[in-house]
Amino acid sequence: MKHKTFFWFFLPTALAMFLFIALPLTSIVSQSLHTPHDAGIWLLLNRVIHLVVNLKLLLIIRQVKKSTKSKPQGKWVGFQIYTDRNHLAFKEVGEFWESKTSFIDFVSSLNDLPFYRAMGFTLTYTFVVTPLVILFGFIIALAVNSLHRHLKGFMVFFSLLPMIVTPLVGSLILFWMIDARGIIGSGLQELFADPTLSLKASTGLTWITLIVYGVWHSAPFAFIVFYAGLQTVPQETIEAAMIDGATRFQQTIHVIVPHLSPLVAFVALIQLMDNFRVFEPIVGFSASAHATSLSWIIWNDIGQEIRLLSSAATTSVLTIIGVIILLMPVLIRTWREFNPEK
Amino acid sequence: MTSNQIKRPLGLQLLIYGFVLFWLILAAFPFLWTMWGSFKVELDFFSKGDWTNVFSGVRTQVVYGKSFTGAGYEGAWIQEEFWRAFFNTAIVCVSTVLISLTLATLGGYALSRSGFRYSFWLLIIALVFRALPPITLVSGYLQPFYDWNVWGTLPTTIIVLVAINQPFTLWMLHSFFQTIPKELDESAKVDGCTQFQAFRHVIIPVMWPGVITAGLFSFLLAYNDFAVTALLLSQENQTMVPKIASFMGTTQTEGNIMFAVAAVVSAIVPLFILVMFFQRQLVSGLTAGAVKG
Repeated sequence: MKHKTFFWFFLPTALAMFLFIALPLTSIVSQSLHTPHDAGIWLLLNRVIHLVVNLKLLLIIRQVKKSTKSKPQGKWVGFQIYTDRNHLAFKEVGEFWESKTSFIDFVSSLNDLPFYRAMGFTLTYTFVVTPLVILFGFIIALAVNSLHRHLKGFMVFFSLLPMIVTPLVGSLILFWMIDARGIIGSGLQELFADPTLSLKASTGLTWITLIVYGVWHSAPFAFIVFYAGLQTVPQETIEAAMIDGATRFQQTIHVIVPHLSPLVAFVALIQLMDNFRVFEPIVGFSASAHATSLSWIIWNDIGQEIRLLSSAATTSVLTIIGVIILLMPVLIRTWREFNPEK
Repeated sequence: MTSNQIKRPLGLQLLIYGFVLFWLILAAFPFLWTMWGSFKVELDFFSKGDWTNVFSGVRTQVVYGKSFTGAGYEGAWIQEEFWRAFFNTAIVCVSTVLISLTLATLGGYALSRSGFRYSFWLLIIALVFRALPPITLVSGYLQPFYDWNVWGTLPTTIIVLVAINQPFTLWMLHSFFQTIPKELDESAKVDGCTQFQAFRHVIIPVMWPGVITAGLFSFLLAYNDFAVTALLLSQENQTMVPKIASFMGTTQTEGNIMFAVAAVVSAIVPLFILVMFFQRQLVSGLTAGAVKG
């Protein structure tokens, strides 16, 4: 395909991604360095759009000039917002480091700082849910694959539901069930003979609830991918292993698992990306008193009566840096594959 | 596998069936329970004393004289105007799917047919964009949208959702078009077609399975979105998911929690129907990226 043809084919999607992903990215970076907000890039775009739309050239330029004057660029504050108490909190962390005697004390005191609190839950959630999803999905795939043909389709249908359903809706459904008056909540109370037991009351139980929700929501994805992979396991290798006297368990470990390992990498990549943005279950389970995530604090800043855009933008930038660090291994691997000689 | 199946010991067989049953209950029971319970009154749905009340509907009988009631649905759809949210969702989803498919089909086709280095980089950039949580972009949208006075309207949200869906849809269609042999459009070009004519007359007739699959996922992304729709739509333009979220605040205090339950069930039903009819496409879509590696 010629460069020129490629350009025209690709232009619409590139334009959409440039205007609504790349430009907002630069805009949040600039927002995070200014207070209360900076409209530099957008003002420029604003001008262009006004020019195109209205074609009343002089009038518009005058207007834009006036609006620029009446709404001066936000004050440049550099990395001040990044280091304040609601974000990286350098001062507070330094003080904790000085005053706390043990390392565990230090880590638990970080819990009082909103950003580190959110970071703690986000990372725990991501790195607990992802392996559990892979393990659970693999077991379901093995079990369903050994069923009768007619049962398989039926199982796939019901297995898709937790994944397909809107995260907020799915978490609300479970939230009502674990309510002290709901079926699971009251069942647990009877099981442990403790009428005051509530899954929402303590931080530990809330975290466990959210993680269980995460596994429930994502295991179907891993299941479907592994299930598709199981259909392509070479039968000759299995038979050869059987003849060599491998037990069923050994066959699974030494033949099936290596065959599925590229799929594990794929599922892990998608799951890391998706779990890192955990947000809806915290809203659905009304869990913000015990667990917050990076996405949730952005939401909380924007949702305030006075929208804290600079603060939200700063957290956004930090989150994006986190995503890039998370993706680094994949990016490096792809880079190596693409430049094998270097 | 058949030779394996015959020799499977009874213990293992029981373990497998037990586990499958466990997963089936885990996956399906919450939905069936909530659907059933949405036709009851609150005291039956949340029956601390005796959980069988949900099945017999004792309290529902006391209030309405029969063991089922549509009161929750009436309250949600008519009193709280959930129908408005339903239509908004329909408009947003259909437009998002149509626009993002149009853009991504052209882009994905171009990427799959171009062997140049930049097409690789474009895919990597798309992957990074795909990894960004959508909510991180929202604070970048708000100020300009206020300035241009377009905040809160459906078209704005549709365009934003289209853009956020683009990286994913692009990847999906890119890997689908790679499975269509290049020779097909090459030969059309040899016969004197331009690239676009080759696309129109040769590729479009055979691309529908891939496009339908990509469309389904693009629909799900738009339908399930909460962060963008909740922050970019004004009260009267709300779609179903943010509407449900706002129910939580208002109805819980007013004791109308059954409105929220009914709304939640209403939002699930379209998804149920979708899975029922498009199960095969959904499964093939989930595995499409994986098989490529």
